[in-house]
Amino acid sequence: MTSILTPVLTDNWGDERAWTLASYEARGGYDALKKALTMAPDDIISAVKDSGLRGRGGAGFPTGMKWSFIPQDNPKPKYLVVNADESEPGTCKDIPLMMASPHTLVEGVIISSFAIRGNKAFIYIRGEVLHVIRRVQAAVAEAYAAGHLGTNIHGSGYDLDIVVHAGAGAYICGEETALLEGLEGRRGQPRLRPPFPAVAGLYASPTVINNVESIASVPSIVGNGAEWFASMGTEKSKGFGIFSLSGHVNRPGQYEAPLGITLRELVDLAGGIRAGHQLKFWTPGGSSTPLLTAEHLDLPLDFEGMAGAGTMLGTRALQLFDETVCVVRAVLRWTEFYKHESCGKCTPCREGTWWLVQTLAALEKGQGSESDLDLLLDQCDNILGRSFCALGDGATSPITSSIKHFRDEYLAHLTHGGCPFDASRSTAWAGLEAMA
Amino acid sequence: MTSAITDETYAELESIAARYPQPRSGLLPMLHLVQSAQGRITPEGIEACADILGISAAEVSGVATFYTMYKRKPVGDYHVGVCTNTLCAVMGGDEIFARLKDHLDVGNDETTTDGKVTLEHLECNAACDYAPVMMVNWEFMDNQTPQSAVALVDDLRSGKEVTSTRGPRICTWREAERVLAGFPDGRVDEGPAAGPASLVGLGIARERGWTAPDRDQGDGGHGVPEQPAQAVEGARVSDDKQAEQAAVEEKAPTTTTAAEKEDAE
Amino acid sequence: MTVSTGSTNGVERTDLVSVTIDGVQVSVPKDTLVIRAAEQAGVQIPRFCDHPLLAPVGACRQCLVDIPDAGNGRGFPKPQASCTLPVAEGMVVNTQATSPAADKAQQGIMEFLLVNHPLDCPVCDKGGECPLQNQAMSNGRGESRFEGVKRTYPKPINISAQVLLDRERCVLCARCTRFSEQIAGDPFIALVERGALQQVGIYEKEPLQSYFSGNTIQICPVGALTSAEYRFRSRPFDLVSTPSVAEHDACGSAIRVDHRRGKVMRRLAGNDPEVNEEWITDKDRFAFTYAQQPDRLTYPQVRGEDGELRPASWPEAFAVAARGLQAAGATGVLTGGRVTAEDAFAYSTFARVALGTNDVDFRARPLSSEEAEFLAAEVALTHPDTGSPTYADLESAATVVLLGLEPEDEAGAIFLRLRKAHQQHGTRVLAVAPYRSRGLRKMGGQAIIAAPGAEAAVIESLLEQAEYGVDSTAVILVGERLATSPGALSAAAALARKTGAKLAWVPRRAGDRGAVEAGCLPTLLPGGRPVSDPAARVDAAASWGVDTLPDAPGRDADAIVAALVDGQLGGLVIGGVDPDDTSNPAATRAAVEAASFVVALELRETDVTRAADVVFPVAPVSDKAGTFITWEGRPRPFEAVFSNPASLPDLRILAGIAEELGHPLGFRTVADVRARMAEMGPWDGQRPATPSYSSGGGAAGAMGGVRIASWKQMVDLGTMQDGDEHLRATARMPVVRVPAAIFEQHGQLVTLTGDRGSVTLPAVINKELPDDVVWVPANSVGRGVLADLASPGSTVTVKGAGA
Repeated sequence: MTSILTPVLTDNWGDERAWTLASYEARGGYDALKKALTMAPDDIISAVKDSGLRGRGGAGFPTGMKWSFIPQDNPKPKYLVVNADESEPGTCKDIPLMMASPHTLVEGVIISSFAIRGNKAFIYIRGEVLHVIRRVQAAVAEAYAAGHLGTNIHGSGYDLDIVVHAGAGAYICGEETALLEGLEGRRGQPRLRPPFPAVAGLYASPTVINNVESIASVPSIVGNGAEWFASMGTEKSKGFGIFSLSGHVNRPGQYEAPLGITLRELVDLAGGIRAGHQLKFWTPGGSSTPLLTAEHLDLPLDFEGMAGAGTMLGTRALQLFDETVCVVRAVLRWTEFYKHESCGKCTPCREGTWWLVQTLAALEKGQGSESDLDLLLDQCDNILGRSFCALGDGATSPITSSIKHFRDEYLAHLTHGGCPFDASRSTAWAGLEAMA
Repeated sequence: MTSAITDETYAELESIAARYPQPRSGLLPMLHLVQSAQGRITPEGIEACADILGISAAEVSGVATFYTMYKRKPVGDYHVGVCTNTLCAVMGGDEIFARLKDHLDVGNDETTTDGKVTLEHLECNAACDYAPVMMVNWEFMDNQTPQSAVALVDDLRSGKEVTSTRGPRICTWREAERVLAGFPDGRVDEGPAAGPASLVGLGIARERGWTAPDRDQGDGGHGVPEQPAQAVEGARVSDDKQAEQAAVEEKAPTTTTAAEKEDAE
Repeated sequence: MTVSTGSTNGVERTDLVSVTIDGVQVSVPKDTLVIRAAEQAGVQIPRFCDHPLLAPVGACRQCLVDIPDAGNGRGFPKPQASCTLPVAEGMVVNTQATSPAADKAQQGIMEFLLVNHPLDCPVCDKGGECPLQNQAMSNGRGESRFEGVKRTYPKPINISAQVLLDRERCVLCARCTRFSEQIAGDPFIALVERGALQQVGIYEKEPLQSYFSGNTIQICPVGALTSAEYRFRSRPFDLVSTPSVAEHDACGSAIRVDHRRGKVMRRLAGNDPEVNEEWITDKDRFAFTYAQQPDRLTYPQVRGEDGELRPASWPEAFAVAARGLQAAGATGVLTGGRVTAEDAFAYSTFARVALGTNDVDFRARPLSSEEAEFLAAEVALTHPDTGSPTYADLESAATVVLLGLEPEDEAGAIFLRLRKAHQQHGTRVLAVAPYRSRGLRKMGGQAIIAAPGAEAAVIESLLEQAEYGVDSTAVILVGERLATSPGALSAAAALARKTGAKLAWVPRRAGDRGAVEAGCLPTLLPGGRPVSDPAARVDAAASWGVDTLPDAPGRDADAIVAALVDGQLGGLVIGGVDPDDTSNPAATRAAVEAASFVVALELRETDVTRAADVVFPVAPVSDKAGTFITWEGRPRPFEAVFSNPASLPDLRILAGIAEELGHPLGFRTVADVRARMAEMGPWDGQRPATPSYSSGGGAAGAMGGVRIASWKQMVDLGTMQDGDEHLRATARMPVVRVPAAIFEQHGQLVTLTGDRGSVTLPAVINKELPDDVVWVPANSVGRGVLADLASPGSTVTVKGAGA
């Protein structure tokens, strides 16, 4: 029997007091660390390379390769920084992972730091998730007490300290160089690259920055072997990942599966689109990944499959919207988000999002003309690839993709003299009221 | 109404800076502690941070005004956030927010006259599978409705103990800020490991006996079968797209694409 | 190690990279940014955030270009910012000139920039010289498609007493904040807020207090930053620009004087990579209104029978002055330190040729004979071509030692260059100083603490401590203040000689270095000729066309003052001397009173002109050509900004008096003087010996009380800063810096009492100061420390003045 879902990271989330060291160790937690400490650091890097693990924070850069960029002949300290600033709209996997099983992350941090020969690691968690921060703080404290952290870890001669760092509200800090700025106590504005963080990152020292899920996957790779990990997934998108379903499905939530699963399979597992409705549009990996529609339900959810459809796998943040939802309203709201989160550093993102919101808001109210759609597309063209970092690019994704798929719906706002949709039909309780 | 930073707080601010190889790294948590001690970012707090870190107050101010969790106006005992990013808004967040504004008679980022509740609409808080979501002092309040939201703020204002839907008893905003500054409050073991939506996939897997392969089981049968079409599709991806894809690493700049590719090779 | 002048600007030509820009192949040094390589190909790529002296930031995105080949056969799929991209061999760049994609990208960015930019060009100070306006015309769309709501702010806000910010005009290029942080080290402006609401701001209680703040205005590519002094005063197209040299310190900074109808409207930094790069101090920029004050002298005056000064014609004044000086007998000459090298030569010539005396001194400040010997032996005739250190040497030196010099206050261009040296090249800055000043900290410097008067011993000890790295690769800069520290100049010279380090003397005033060359010293003739050397006297006499020159060394300034008071001297020719600057202000005033005949050459009415018998108005630097010689020994000639026939340089006046005296000087014009100076040339004979004074012991607290450490802050009560109250309002608050024990004993307000009076100021604790030393600014309260508090080298008592 083929296992469609493959719980690894989520496997212990249902355990009694899963966040505690005792619970984690009871099911073999920190065994991978003990194994890793007997390995040569370069062999760990090779194992992660061989596993085919690609960054789980959105872009899919091979994790092992990233680690191998750290110049070991550089006399400066090496740092591991975990990007736990999960903020991309729709993305909600790292937060439950850290809340339920923070030790998975901590163990991953220790092994990963050992591999890159770092003696200090930072976990940068967005500030708006208090209980998650508590759990990670406590896990780090427990790990120290158990000798998994500190000096001469388990007699290996290896030292590591972890600092848990709370952010303070800035989506842009998910961009790795902006995160470093935040971690250095500055405004979270992205840095010029090169130099790349691997060469000059935190404190201008060689730095690896990885997403929570990437680092949390490391203990399983070290424990079970690269081949085990690579046996899951597709040719170029190996392994498993957490797929987050939200919106108009019957059972939204976290589904851990090999990369390459289709949305149709996932929606089936989630009990289908809510009763009486049909899927209209969805994001494969957060709002920065171009929208897809029901015609894309059978595409493999892996890096290549999504790229082939002109979008991106991103963070596997599958936000599903049914036919009650006005795509113009949805896109306007995302655009307002990008305007709010634009760091202000570069012109096209700062001024472009300011203007996009005004143009979209007018269209949603039924004001303007069809030529405004071309204006919107041209504004997007002037932002995409022109802005300093990917935030500006992301801001154009929902607009260009929605105009591509739903041009008529935009025009309907003009002919209707406003939004033709009833927003109340989209709410979580709309169906229930109807049934009641 | 602000008062001086106490010696104790000053020492704690210094201890935060001391956690890092370079003291300035402590600034974000230090500002959280200023909010805990002073109820907002105060001039005294800015000056204390500048003093401890040896940077200008303008530089501290630049940081304090960049991050949205830092507040220049006093915040109520309970910071009530309503997610109105697209998914939560569509799922009812807009309606909840409108209802609360009306019920509390405040606008966005305003505090009720009793000083209890500060209402703010939020961007995505990474709990989309629990939409529509609210946050109280940055604790999750999942699957809200206008009715539950009104009941929630009424309970908060009346001093009733409120518990996060998948977390601990709610503390005050200033107590929460202290935890963010790195001073745990002992509530870590309250609440479950995960809420129901977080466990839904796991539940199905358990129910159907689905697991990841065993460690010595190399071939799996767990992989999605290779579809012939897929390889073709992959090959069709233009250089342009691939380059962009590679560069969006953790939302990274696309603008250094070629260079980054070079770096990667 | 020797680096000859300017060679650091000549890039090593070994690492050239060939790139093709708009079809034109150019070779540029490795690491050149595409935006600058394009300039060499004759293509101007529009830009805002880019500035060649600031680190690349890539923020405005205006300079996007198309790179079809990055040099590796592959191109960039999207336009690239040319201000952050270094060239690579074989790279192909297509700018807006040849690439429709680049042109569209640039137009798109420009349109975005204008979305939130007001259309107030007609009332904006920048209009007519605005990079945004100009580039919107050259690289923008004809019409905006934006019909929405623009961001607005209440206007304007003061970010300092001098600098104003109109936020809605700002394009957020961050040049100003980056300048303040990277170049000046005064990060008191920062980007605040976020996204479209991002703006430049200060902390509410901390304005942009920086001696270099005006540079932010000059590099602002829009009209967002303006000065209170110039705001709404004129339009750029009404101005005439004349290059000149700043007169406020010995740095020789290039400036541009913008004027309209005979009046200076503003001054800007000139661009001289070898000297001040593109930066000047706020004093250089804003302090020019001193020459436009109502007390400016505009005609000669002579004292009439009634004892009152009355206007006189130039010929009459020359005649009266000559008669009076003849009658007065022995006459001394005090020149002050602000004259040009040509005027200094005229004073020197006048003393020797017309008055037959060596009683001439430019040092209108505390001085010593050790200093005169030091200047003769170690300073005169030094020049970059003969191994004297330069700005470039400061940048390349491994170690720079500051002795009795606070560059941030006393020599702004040196301060900026040393800060750059430290940041970019890791230069170690050491200062023998009473404490580690903020300026020193900004240069990453280390203080070797020395109480005033005790410097000599500390300087001697530098030699023994190898860890300080004072060796042949070091540069030693000596400030004029060391003159009053016995043995210190001797020790500095010895340190340089023993280590092989380069040595330079950095006076405060623009004219001091030229006055040394011109021989405005009692022991030195022009061109470094020692008065005591008969051959040197013969050489100078021949050049001047006189038979003999006085052979006895003259009196120095203090001795001239004393001789006037006790009647040994009768006459005084005095130009540009403020008695309060001198080592004994009361004595100097008394000398002016006591002299039987005083000829004063001055710009404005002063206590000296009021007491003089003949008063000649002299031309300010804007009205005459001249030369300032920098601390490096580098001549900085400049031409007159205005042609004002009634405004005569000192040299023309001295020539007129000399002719009436029957001893023509052989020149009447600046050009004449330059020719005579060239003719006389440098002395090629035996140089005087380096002084070897021993330290005076400088025993701490020997006399009881505490010693005064003091120097002039850049912005203070100096008369050449008169007229711009905005500038003066940016001065640092005067305080007394006191060691901890004194602070604990006396509290936050203290009164210092010395042999000349008392001063009460707020006290600021400084833990590095020696126990018996306090620091006060030399000229920030009252008439200054020398007039109101204490004589040089004396001690004061401290008392708490708090409630």
